[in-house]
Amino acid sequence: MAIEILKPATLNVEAIRLDFPILARKVNDQPLVYLDNAATSQKPDSVIQSMDFYYRNYNANVHRGIHRLSEEATLGYERSRARIANFIGARSNKEVIFTRNTTEGLNLLAYTWGESNIRQGEEILLTEMEHHSNLVPWQRLAKRKGARVRYIPVDDQGCLRMDLLDELLGPQTRLVSVTHMSNVLGTINPVAEIATRAHAVGAVVIVDAAQSVPHFPVNVRELGADFLAFSSHKMCGPTGIGALWGRRDLLEAMEPFMGGGDMIREVTYEGATWNDLPWKFEAGTPGIAEGIGFGAAVDYLSGIGMEKVHAYEQYLVSYAIEMLRSVPGVVIYGPEAALRGGVVAFNVDAIHPHDLASMLDREGIAIRAGHHCAMPLAGRLNVAATARASFYFYNTTEEIDRLVAGLYTAKKVFKF
Amino acid sequence: MEDLYRENILDHFRNPRNFGTLEHPDFSHEEHNPLCGDKLRIDLQVDDDRVTAVRFSGKGCAISQASASMLTEMVEGKTLEEVKSIDKQDILDALGIPISYVRIKCALLGLKTLKAGVYGVQTWVEEDNEQDIGW
Repeated sequence: MAIEILKPATLNVEAIRLDFPILARKVNDQPLVYLDNAATSQKPDSVIQSMDFYYRNYNANVHRGIHRLSEEATLGYERSRARIANFIGARSNKEVIFTRNTTEGLNLLAYTWGESNIRQGEEILLTEMEHHSNLVPWQRLAKRKGARVRYIPVDDQGCLRMDLLDELLGPQTRLVSVTHMSNVLGTINPVAEIATRAHAVGAVVIVDAAQSVPHFPVNVRELGADFLAFSSHKMCGPTGIGALWGRRDLLEAMEPFMGGGDMIREVTYEGATWNDLPWKFEAGTPGIAEGIGFGAAVDYLSGIGMEKVHAYEQYLVSYAIEMLRSVPGVVIYGPEAALRGGVVAFNVDAIHPHDLASMLDREGIAIRAGHHCAMPLAGRLNVAATARASFYFYNTTEEIDRLVAGLYTAKKVFKF
Repeated sequence: MEDLYRENILDHFRNPRNFGTLEHPDFSHEEHNPLCGDKLRIDLQVDDDRVTAVRFSGKGCAISQASASMLTEMVEGKTLEEVKSIDKQDILDALGIPISYVRIKCALLGLKTLKAGVYGVQTWVEEDNEQDIGW
């Protein structure tokens, strides 16, 4: 079967793969094929070494000690913040708050902005394709406040019903929180348009960018949203750190999240005043090595170029969809390749995705199986679970070929 | 790849024993595996403290369905005390393949459902919760 999809000549994937030591690993005597990038990405040497170098050479607490090591650690940590701010087009470093991950960023917003701004009878508008981390915090907030959660429906192609947006929006809508890219369907949502329409009714707009910032250029000024949360570990960086970007005026007006060291200006026995942005939201000793590693990851991605990453992943996902379609019995969820990022959820005949994942693992192929932390969406798709292959710029079409070969073996074992 | 899904497992998966429900079960219980959304129900008919009929129904992966099917064969004709004494190792022995840490919940879904039904509790907590990861 000859599939003609033009490979972008801009990315030297062979060289890139050498930057990722784990890609040389074998699993079950087969070269690892890592197709679970939507869960977490692998890490290049430069990121691993940046954290190792910190621990070996300038490990100290930040924003505290008046000594050389603390100064270097603070510089390294804050330099990372500046790189991240620049990476997403933030106006100022002060708009970038370090969190543990996207989930913590969204919960921070629910507990701070949400707690003081959502009132009884008001509405929070989400979408049917949200990850649990952009569902549960708002459902809990709505319960505390007597507010109502509504959802932009997903059509049968896996795209948002934008035609219903204006009906769903109204003066009662205080917040619209949407995923930039679905971790199941791969759908890239028209966030800028949603933000414009939501702002027209006075709602605040939050973007779950866990799957977008790692995979294509995101500029918060062009997007027009008010808050945007993402994780380091899905974009070549370490686990345990993420970033929350917010519009400065909103952040200034918000109450702090957690109380503790670093987030205060002055503490008396009677009370406290808060530190400036962004530290007002960063209580306690942060993940310093992780912050430094996050910065190194952003440097690495900037070195490649996010336009190139996106173009190459479009090529991979187009190829994957074409190849998977050629396998009898495969059902693919989500829209055409042009409307999605590098994620493909699918099922093969009646083979349970867990069985499929176990069998592929035997061939050294790592995919995800389950509801992908989006149980309501699985219900919407009428499936208990799906298999999911998700790509990054270090994957190759040869790896997709191995995935497809694995599906044929699975079909043979299960005699479909 | 084939060694994970040996013929006995595939056989139980394709031709599950005692599949269905009982009209008047003395015990009936349903459990879920939240990891994969699998559901399993086990019905028991008990006469004079002995299992006279057993059925299971549900949807799930080959490991969970085959282990439930095998479990129903073990249970038939046994006293409730004997049923209570069936443990994790009995299931793993019946499957006869190494079950990885992440799939152990699939393998034990049937046992969990059965024990919860027999003990009449909401959720049966396995005595040995510490899984041997094998590292």
